Amino acid sequence: MERFVLDARRLLCPLPVIRTQNRIRTLEAGDILEVVCTDPGASHDIPAWCRIHGHEIVETVVEEEIRIVIRVGG
Amino acid sequence: MTTQAKAVALISGGLDSMLAAKLMLDQGIHVEGINFYTGFCVEGHTHAIRRKDRDKPKRNNALWVAEKLGIKLHIIDVIEEYKDIVINPRHGYGANLNPCLDCKGFMVGKAREWMEENHFDFIVTGEVIGQRPMSQRRSTMPVVARESGAHDRLLRPLCAQLLPPTYPEEQGWVDRNKLLDLSGRNRKPQMALARQYGLDDYAQPAGGCCFLTNEHYSAKLRDLWRSRGEKRYELDDIMLLKIGRHLRPRPHFKVIIGREEGENRYLEGYRRQYTHLKPLSHSGPLALIDGVPDEDDLLLAARLVARYSQGRDAEQVRVEITNQSGQSRALEVKPFPDRDIPQAWYV
Ligand code: SF4
Repeated sequence: MERFVLDARRLLCPLPVIRTQNRIRTLEAGDILEVVCTDPGASHDIPAWCRIHGHEIVETVVEEEIRIVIRVGG
Repeated sequence: MTTQAKAVALISGGLDSMLAAKLMLDQGIHVEGINFYTGFCVEGHTHAIRRKDRDKPKRNNALWVAEKLGIKLHIIDVIEEYKDIVINPRHGYGANLNPCLDCKGFMVGKAREWMEENHFDFIVTGEVIGQRPMSQRRSTMPVVARESGAHDRLLRPLCAQLLPPTYPEEQGWVDRNKLLDLSGRNRKPQMALARQYGLDDYAQPAGGCCFLTNEHYSAKLRDLWRSRGEKRYELDDIMLLKIGRHLRPRPHFKVIIGREEGENRYLEGYRRQYTHLKPLSHSGPLALIDGVPDEDDLLLAARLVARYSQGRDAEQVRVEITNQSGQSRALEVKPFPDRDIPQAWYV
């Protein structure tokens, strides 16, 4: 179980989702991926994408930047 | 024991592709969605940049459809490969710069590659014969099937009964009798089906699935190509064509002026890549300059920005100009009088 960070700042939707999807493909179940982004749309789309694919959202923090912490599903 | 057949369905976020996937799910097919991001896609967020569009749902429609149907959705970045489709479409353009027929062949072709890599059995689209003048005619259906390399592995559930049987039908995975025979531009049958399935909150894009069908957008893209002397674009170029007021006072540069707060904020994201202007003495828009302006051009641009600021009737407006290296200076300028802005400057 490892922890990774994905920098998706300044990317506009749906690119943050695409980068998240492509990164998760290389990870193992149980790994943690923290996505940092700036497009407010990502705070809806990344969780939606995770629900569809069975990954768990551990935390979403919306401040100046958006941080979404994901636990990769099996 | 037979294994469940697997279909990859092109999901645009609109009604037809949603229904096509739903018909497959109803026949017990394992369905996963695929969606392509070309950079020209019309989707909730880009619209939501503007204040007046804030209330519209800020969702990605393809993701929404996938979640409603309970299927996985794979979003594929095709920005680079798609350039060739827009720049050199073999079958030409539609009413605007939309290369719909090439685009369909390309997307079904990408879906075919995905199908092969992931050991799926066939491809599903929401195409309807006669629905769109360029890409969904009876004569273009075989073109898409052939040029994509999908051939009889391409099934269009909404109009399949009007087309020759496909491989999944011949294999008995799909019951042809339960497929549809829709044709033409009438959308009532689809709407009725959506209601019947309880899927009525779908997105209804006005023109088509992408900005290339939009007349004003296409005019801006043509202008960009003309000014560069070649058909070429980067992602930033085509994103910026979606917003702001574009004025080209000289062939070698244009000014992109935010029309309201949401657009100004969006343009701020490009400050490091473009020379930009902002009124200091009055409140007003952020503007970017695309091209290589000389000193006179900058003065002209500053006067245009002043025109669109709260100081439009003032004698002088102080405008800050910042270059790509981040160096700023201020100019005192007289706002450009409205009546003196030639219509031809508006792209
Ligand atoms: S409207 Fe745009 S995305 Fe849709 S088929 Fe035409 S070119 Fe492709």
